[in-house]
Amino acid sequence: MFPAVLILAAVAAGSIPAASALATARWPGRAPAAAILLWQALGLGWGLAAVGALAGLGAGPEQSGGQHAGVAGAALAVASRVLRGGALGPRASGPLPYLRLVSVAAGLVLLTLLCWVLVAAFAAVLRARRRQRELLSLLAHGDPKVPGALVLDHPAAAAYCVPGLRSRIVISAGTLELLDQAELAAVLAHERAHLRERHDLVLLPFTALLRVFRWSAVARRAEGAVALLVEMLADDHALRHRPARELATALMRVGAAGSPVPSGALAAAAGSAGADGGEVAVRVARLLRPAPGLPGPAIALVCSTAVLLVAVPVAFLFIPF
Amino acid sequence: MNRLGELERAIMDVLWETPEPLTVRQVSGQLTERDLAHTTVMTVLDRLAKKGFSRRERDGRAWRYRAAESREAYVTELMLNALDQTGDRQAALARFVRSVSGAEARALRRALEALEARETVSPRETFSAREPREEAPAG
Repeated sequence: MFPAVLILAAVAAGSIPAASALATARWPGRAPAAAILLWQALGLGWGLAAVGALAGLGAGPEQSGGQHAGVAGAALAVASRVLRGGALGPRASGPLPYLRLVSVAAGLVLLTLLCWVLVAAFAAVLRARRRQRELLSLLAHGDPKVPGALVLDHPAAAAYCVPGLRSRIVISAGTLELLDQAELAAVLAHERAHLRERHDLVLLPFTALLRVFRWSAVARRAEGAVALLVEMLADDHALRHRPARELATALMRVGAAGSPVPSGALAAAAGSAGADGGEVAVRVARLLRPAPGLPGPAIALVCSTAVLLVAVPVAFLFIPF
Repeated sequence: MNRLGELERAIMDVLWETPEPLTVRQVSGQLTERDLAHTTVMTVLDRLAKKGFSRRERDGRAWRYRAAESREAYVTELMLNALDQTGDRQAALARFVRSVSGAEARALRRALEALEARETVSPRETFSAREPREEAPAG
């Protein structure tokens, strides 16, 4: 049992520097889909391993592996025995049992926190989207220049989509002025890719994690990296229908327009925003000077790493040995 | 858009255009091109009040309705979200361009001018003039 806990702890601890390295790596831009898979596996693997390591440490060395199903089973057995008022184990004495109990509790708290954060983030997102749809139905209108999209009468340049079952694509009047017909088509193709592939669901867990671990540079970099990869993925989809140059100039124009500030609230916020320096420039450079895609074997390596990152913690959690 | 949505929109337009609160009858009167039952207009007005878009106040035996916020305030709310400037980061929307710093906007403008001035310019040259990344302080 103890080696299993050590391995889980190693996976959990190793995920942090691995995330830092992945956030600064250059290859993800050449294989955004595979890189996103790796990020998801890294996040899920970290969560499972961290919860498992804490709970397993509490389950203790004397829980022989055979009688419980892995670390998770041992931890549950300890928890249920404590709840029934029994002893922790045959040799439980001194302050150690209490430390072990704290460890099991910490594991359960972390598990609850992670699940709760996801649910709360999803609920907040659904609320925000309903508000968006309600306001748009009162304020926005269609325009033949952007078929299938809604136009919001505001001079600033903005283009976005509201994902979901009743999705919307929104283009501001400022963007309509700024871009030519071909560039608008490229923007629409990009946004449709977001909606079709539900990229919002990919990003949601990372945004949720960032809301909990605000102080964590790794969480911030992870969220930034996944957000950029999702944009690259949508850019790549747009390229199947539109030339790269149209999308690149659309990005440059909308990015360069920044936020021409029409109101006090926008002005105040503009100072604090804009920490993601270079994101647009990276996407433009990638469109105008595309690097070759990652070779097949490298993609296979990335994908198998992703599978291992999840499979190893799951194995130690649930398989008796 | 469905019929109810269209009605809500038409009625909000009436409320936005009139500074003083209106009775149901006055709202119906301004929806000239439509032949609507009094109760229909009342239902939609109550629906809008429930969603928080209109407020109603007692005036003798009648209710008077007005818009909760100006049209401009709602447009600003949408744009603040669209430009990712609410400070509340969440994955509710997918933006074509996430928030751009002033330095990055200037760099993009220069890059765009360079690209359009010389069609043959290499993107590497275009971006070599980029200003240094602005790292945000933690937290």
